[in-house]
Amino acid sequence: MLISLFFRCRLLNKQKQAGFLAMVLMLFLSLASGLAQSLETPQDGLAIGRQLLAEDNPGDLWTERGKRLFHSNRGPKNKSLETCDLGLGPGITKGAFAQLPRYFNDTKSVQDLESRLLTCMVEIQGFARAELISRRFGTLDQDSDIEALVAFIGSDSNNLPMNIGLSHPLERVMYETGKILFYRRSGPLDFACMTCHGETGKRVRLQDLPNMTKKEEIQQAVTTGWPAYRGTHSTVRTMQHRLSDCNWQMRLPDLNYASDLSVAITTFLNYSANGGLIKLPGVRR
Amino acid sequence: MNLFRRQFLRLTSVVGALGVTGLSALELVLQAPSALAAVWNKPGFESKVVEEVMKSLGATNAQPSAEIHINAPDIAENGAVVPIEVTSRINNTQSIALIAEKNPFPLAAQVELLNGAEPYFYVRIKMGQTSRIQVLVKADGKFYTAHKEIKITIGGCG
Amino acid sequence: MAEPMKIRATLKNNMAEIRVLVAHPMETGQRKDATGAIVPTHFIHSMTVHLNETLVYDGQWSQAISRNPVFALRIKGAKIGDKVVVHWMDNKNDKRNDEITLQA
Repeated sequence: MLISLFFRCRLLNKQKQAGFLAMVLMLFLSLASGLAQSLETPQDGLAIGRQLLAEDNPGDLWTERGKRLFHSNRGPKNKSLETCDLGLGPGITKGAFAQLPRYFNDTKSVQDLESRLLTCMVEIQGFARAELISRRFGTLDQDSDIEALVAFIGSDSNNLPMNIGLSHPLERVMYETGKILFYRRSGPLDFACMTCHGETGKRVRLQDLPNMTKKEEIQQAVTTGWPAYRGTHSTVRTMQHRLSDCNWQMRLPDLNYASDLSVAITTFLNYSANGGLIKLPGVRR
Repeated sequence: MNLFRRQFLRLTSVVGALGVTGLSALELVLQAPSALAAVWNKPGFESKVVEEVMKSLGATNAQPSAEIHINAPDIAENGAVVPIEVTSRINNTQSIALIAEKNPFPLAAQVELLNGAEPYFYVRIKMGQTSRIQVLVKADGKFYTAHKEIKITIGGCG
Repeated sequence: MAEPMKIRATLKNNMAEIRVLVAHPMETGQRKDATGAIVPTHFIHSMTVHLNETLVYDGQWSQAISRNPVFALRIKGAKIGDKVVVHWMDNKNDKRNDEITLQA
């Protein structure tokens, strides 16, 4: 397992692989370059499929469902989310995602879209926080309301630029914390986010990984990334899901849903993507 | 759109087609029940063997044709969502059927294209493993076939 | 019960391209749920499209169609104002009708 993970995003870097083999055994240099070549061809065979899958996004069904959920009376208090303040005033969803995470006065904390939704669904609709969290990620047996709401609110910032202000001191603290988390290697595998996302051309299996230290790549990753319809999961996944999965892949302790640490990373990433035009939900394998 | 109306529409198109061959109205009425019963090709869809699927379609003598274009990935990253686009350039294409040969039940879909629908077909299917897909086109009552191998990296039948 | 479909249509030179997203589990009968029980087959077996009153697409589907199905068709001779009606029925007799009017 350790070796396979090591291979996943270290050795699949073609140049590094060829270079490594050349150093070890000159005899196999020709073989190594042949291997590097064969690693390139899958992308061509994938292109048609990726193009066809990008054409129609089942995530749009989540967007529609999220919109209905947002406006309908639900929960023990039988209230809609039309009084939920996502940062731009009660019930305003247009442009809200483009400015999240941000500081909220009522909770005295910096919140991303998902932690803010939790606040609204608990305070306004009367849902139990623990129950919402237990159903945060949809399964094939049960859809998640949060995934649908995130798809709707995310897409309601479409064609707007990501625009994180960091005007409140706590937002700045979260940004700096997220930056440290992104770069600092830790855990049993000595991994950091940047181990996989700090260089262009890396991938996990067949998935190209964005180099998040480059402006255009992180803009693309954030603004067309999550929420996204995830083909293998047959549902829309959110940024919190992506982060918790990355965290697991690095074999770090579980990243609690909507925790300050998760919001810190998102604050760092979203601020770094400022200016990128939002186009959500995305589509992923 | 209730089922009766749909069947009525189907019947009227049958009437239109048979009218040309000069069958009487009585013969039409007699033929109608069996035509209506073929709403879902149960033997074909429930068969696990490609040959039986072909038989259920009446396509055992299908001729290979270069006029059928299949646009689909060589490698599918996710067997649960394999996009398949088919364009037929065969005149009078009436229907298109799609078979994923190594699926537990190979026949994935069969579609009649009527009254101005282009000889075009697009759908996303599940594939359990790397397999050949076969496309069958019915045109002027005859069957034509084309195929393509699709490699699956993660199966999609679970 | 069933959620609305999402239908997109583009009309160019009297050729309509219709692309449809459907919310449906399309269960194969091979999957187990969290408790380990087999989830019974549940899939759309009939998908039809009418242009105004005329049947143009008569689809018979199996459980091999992907969850949350996506399909497309093209119709010659379509014009602005024409109504496209998409209808499905599944093996539990659940059904759904949605329509759009073609626009420029």
